[in-house]
Amino acid sequence: MGKRLRNGLVLLLAMVILIPVAYGANTLDKIKKDVKIVIGVKTDYRPWGFLDPSGKYVGMEIDMAYDIAKRLGVKPELVTVQSGNRNEFLLAGKIDLILATMSESPARRQVLGIIDPGYYAGGTNILAKKSMGFKKWNDLRGKKVSGIQGAYYNRRVGELYGPEILSFPGIAEALTDLENGNCVAFLQDSTLIESMLNSRDPKWAGYEMPLPTEDERTWHMAVLKDEVDGPYGQFFKNLVIEWHKAGYFIELNKKWKLSPVPFLEEMHKKYK
Amino acid sequence: METTWQWFLWLYKTYGINLTVFYNAYDRHMFFQGLTLTLWMSVICIVLSIIIGIAGAWLQGSHLRMTRRIVYWYIQFFRNTPPLIQLYFFYFAVSQILPRFADSSGRMVLPVSNFGWAVISFSFFAGAFNVEIFRAGIEAVPTAMIEAAESLGYSRLRAYVSVVFPLAFRISLPALGNNLVNLVKTTTLAYAIAVPELLYVSAQIWSEEANVREMMYLLLILYICIVQVLIFGMDRLERHLRIPGYSI
Repeated sequence: MGKRLRNGLVLLLAMVILIPVAYGANTLDKIKKDVKIVIGVKTDYRPWGFLDPSGKYVGMEIDMAYDIAKRLGVKPELVTVQSGNRNEFLLAGKIDLILATMSESPARRQVLGIIDPGYYAGGTNILAKKSMGFKKWNDLRGKKVSGIQGAYYNRRVGELYGPEILSFPGIAEALTDLENGNCVAFLQDSTLIESMLNSRDPKWAGYEMPLPTEDERTWHMAVLKDEVDGPYGQFFKNLVIEWHKAGYFIELNKKWKLSPVPFLEEMHKKYK
Repeated sequence: METTWQWFLWLYKTYGINLTVFYNAYDRHMFFQGLTLTLWMSVICIVLSIIIGIAGAWLQGSHLRMTRRIVYWYIQFFRNTPPLIQLYFFYFAVSQILPRFADSSGRMVLPVSNFGWAVISFSFFAGAFNVEIFRAGIEAVPTAMIEAAESLGYSRLRAYVSVVFPLAFRISLPALGNNLVNLVKTTTLAYAIAVPELLYVSAQIWSEEANVREMMYLLLILYICIVQVLIFGMDRLERHLRIPGYSI
C-alpha cells in the first residue's frame, strides 16, 4: 500500500505541475488562412446578443461582429458563450475574440488581452418587485438574491451588503427563481435590467430597478494575452477608437432602443 | 498553518500555479464550506436512498397489487429520467404547487429549500436503483434456504429478517457500492439550483480568480479521494460481513 500510494501521489503531482501552456499563437494568420473569424457572443443578453424567433444571432454586439468581419475581409462565425466559460473558450482557441458583454478587472487583465478602450459601460443594480419597496443596497441584507454564476459583481455585493446570493448557470433560471418568489431580487448589470424594463414585456410590469447604480465598469473585447500588443490586438484597439469617433455606438444604442449612456457621449467627444 | 498556506503563494509566484483556495483566506473558507456541504449531502443521500431501497424491495413482494404497481411506477419515473431534469422539475415546477407559509418577516415562503430539493431528488433517484439492486439480491437467495427456514418453523417475517435479507444484502453489496459511488458524483448536479456544494463554490472562485485549470485539477483529485474513501468503506464492510464457507 505504501509504495503504490506513493507512486500514485507522485503521478498526480506530476499531472498538476504539467499544466499545459498555450504555445505561441498567431490568430491573425489563422483568420486570413481560414477566411473566417470565430467570435464568442452572448445569446441570452437582449439586446446585445440574443436569438430572434428563427434562431438567428441578432443584437448590438452581433452587429459589431459583422462589422469586424467585413473590415477584415472574412466571414464571421458566431459561437454562444456564457460569463462562466468565455475565458476558457478563448484560451483553448475555440474562439478568436471575446465580444460578450465582458467588463474588465485586474484578475481578467492577468489572464486575457483586454482591448482598451471599452465600448460600453454598465453598473450593478437589481430587478425587484415594486411591492418590495427597496430603497438602499443595505435593504438586501440577509435576503435571497438570484444572480448569474461568474458575474464580476457577485463577490463585491455579497461582501458589502450581505445578501444571500444564489447564482444560477443562466439568466433564465435566475429570472424563474425571482418570478417564483424564492428570491426577492435579481442582481444584474444595470443596462440589461433597463432594457428588460424598457421592452414593456407584461411579465415585468410590476418590477422596477430601485437602487442607485454602483460600480460602473466599462465593457471590453478580449484577445489572447500575448497578442494584445501585436498587430491583431492593435487592429481592435484602433477599431474601437474609430467606432467612438464616428458615434457608431450611439447609433446602435438608438437602433436597439436603449436609453442614452453618458459614457458613450464622453468617448465620442473625446475621440472626435 | 500559515506557513503551509504561504507555500502555495510561493508556488504561484514561482511557477504560476494559482491555487488561491490555499493562500487566500476568503476562498479557503468558501471552498471548505463547499466541501463540507458536499460530504454532508452525500451522507444524507446515501442513508436515505438505502432506506428507500430496503422499503421498496419489501413493498415489491407485497400481496396487494396496488402497492406493487406504485413501486413499479416510482422506479420507472426515477430510473428513466435524467437526474438533472428531475432536479429542475422538483425545484422549479413542483415547488410552485406546494402550500406556502409565513416566515419571520411575514413573507410567504416555500417549505423546502434548494438543498432540501436536491437531497429529495437524489435520494429518490438512487433509491429507485437500490430497490432493483436489493430485489436482485433477494431473488438470488436459494429457495432451498427459504424452504429450510420454513421447515424449521420460521414465520415469513422472521425468515425475511433472519435468513433472506442478511444473505440478500451480502449479495447486493458490490452493486450497491457502485450505485452509491454514482450517487456521490451525482451530487455535483446540485450546482444547477444554486446549492453551495463543491462545484458551485469552485465556479465562484475560478470566475473571480481566473484559475480554472488549477481548480479543475484540484476538484478531480478531491472527488477521487472522496469516492476512494467510500470504496474503502464498502470494501471493509464486505470483508466484515463475509460468511466463512459460503461463497459470498
